[in-house]
Amino acid sequence: MSDSARTVPLSSLAKTIRSKNAGVDKITFDVIFQRREDWERVRRSGVLSRAAVCKLYGIPEQRLSDHVEFEPALAIKFTIFRKSPSGSVGDPDIFGSQQYGPLLDVPVPVDDARASP
Amino acid sequence: MATPQQFSSSPHNNRGLRILCPNGHMGFAPTKTGSFERGLLTEPDLICCDSGSCDCGPVPLGSDTCASPLNWQIHDLESMLLGARKLGIPMLIGSAGDTGTNSRVDMFVRIIQDLAKKHGLPKFRVGYFYSEVPREEVRRRIRGGDAVRGLDGRADLSEPELDATDRIVAVAGVHPFIRLLDMGADVIIGGRSSDCAIFAAPAIRAGYPEALAYYYGKVMECASFCAEPYGAKESVLGEITREDVRVTAMLPEQRCTVASVAAHSMYERSNPFYEYFLGGHIDMSQCRYEQLDERTTRVTGPRFVPALELRVKLEGAGKVGERYVGMVGVRDPYTIAHIDDVIGWARDQVRARFGDSGYTLTYNVYGRDGVMGELEPLRNHPAHELCVVVQGVAPTKAMAEEVCMIGTRQMFYARLPQVKGTAGGVAFVLDEVMPASAAYRWTLNHTMRVSDPLELFPVHMTEAGG
Repeated sequence: MSDSARTVPLSSLAKTIRSKNAGVDKITFDVIFQRREDWERVRRSGVLSRAAVCKLYGIPEQRLSDHVEFEPALAIKFTIFRKSPSGSVGDPDIFGSQQYGPLLDVPVPVDDARASP
Repeated sequence: MATPQQFSSSPHNNRGLRILCPNGHMGFAPTKTGSFERGLLTEPDLICCDSGSCDCGPVPLGSDTCASPLNWQIHDLESMLLGARKLGIPMLIGSAGDTGTNSRVDMFVRIIQDLAKKHGLPKFRVGYFYSEVPREEVRRRIRGGDAVRGLDGRADLSEPELDATDRIVAVAGVHPFIRLLDMGADVIIGGRSSDCAIFAAPAIRAGYPEALAYYYGKVMECASFCAEPYGAKESVLGEITREDVRVTAMLPEQRCTVASVAAHSMYERSNPFYEYFLGGHIDMSQCRYEQLDERTTRVTGPRFVPALELRVKLEGAGKVGERYVGMVGVRDPYTIAHIDDVIGWARDQVRARFGDSGYTLTYNVYGRDGVMGELEPLRNHPAHELCVVVQGVAPTKAMAEEVCMIGTRQMFYARLPQVKGTAGGVAFVLDEVMPASAAYRWTLNHTMRVSDPLELFPVHMTEAGG
């Protein structure tokens, strides 16, 4: 990336960014786009790659159970193993529904002015 | 009275089997009845609804309670029952009362009978099945050499972990629903069931292809979650034919679009391509989605893959102990910077009283990493004020209260070397600790081999109304 490269936050490109339990031992994250070009841009940029999401959440790759680019919904989806099952004593998010916050500000490189929303 | 023939494959007009689904988790938040009433006008052949979820954590299953007030369950069952009896069509409920335990099934059957009486409904048949599995039955199979295999990275079930379990339910497939429809049930109250089975059962029974039938269940089970704009607890109408599945939003403001239906196939699951249930799984990787009309999306192309071995999913919860909860606030920047030392001090005081083990003491530090814990990237940037939630869990209520009280109040007395405020290290919104539900944990997320898909799900028939 050159010094002049611009970025926009993921939240300005995606229409849905969410997290939720996938069973009692996992939390799954969905990033869904309205426009195909935004989906393409984000998946090609690598900002939501396996390595990138592990770095963002500070977890080793073994904690990642699935990572899928899901074309029919223009989505990027990944799932992580919980450290302990949902609702264990001290689990702060029984539904897993508030774990997506850090995704909102992920910077996505945009290479031209027209790409900004 | 409804007969099975009423919803067999219809030969005319390419009319498929229509199912109305009012709510994605019946009783958890009340059904919006406007779109349901509209749905009743579209000539549905059945009303089907899931009432269960693991999402509410292990407490309801472990303590054999519901996650929501009884009145909400009655509200949702009442609108469905009156609609179904008015049209003379079957009504199927899966995973009664959040967990699908035997007591929840009995409770739902009773509610149906009470409602029938209240509304003076003519006599109808209520079928029901149980899903609980006795601990000793699981033990017998482990000792017989049939490993109870862990899901999602869990180890095979050990006997100590089984001993720590209070209640187990098995997750039913389509089989008990089909059996009860064969027996002439007008209303079916199911124990714990795969969400998709509630919808797939009547479709498979009517002769539709399994791949489409299970997909039908998958797309329908969360009601309006497959529609946009977002709006939960609204009805959707589905129709299965020999070629496709169609799903239509019943709320005028909502539409089932290619995007919303495809997005729903990802919801709450680790992978959007596969859905597993007793008897096999469906592969949705080749699904095609088309907009049929403004509010309807059509799906084709799912594949059914039968299981080589019948394995039933088991869910189990075990009690950890009685629980009390305390809360404190912190505003002093120096204390905030050293909050772990404050917590460490309070932990030491609990240790001095009760030793190192025999209880659980947890701290969630809101304003730092209270919501995300170790996943929080900003945990080194705490806010200008914090709220700390303290949980004390122990074998007796008295001990749990004391663990929690020491763990909370001693934060007030924490000895930080350079703190300016020496009259109290934290702020109390309540100078007490509060009793909470007992703590449980998910002990089982496993599968067990069965030789007959009905063997853990005994079916029964009774009557209501008349």
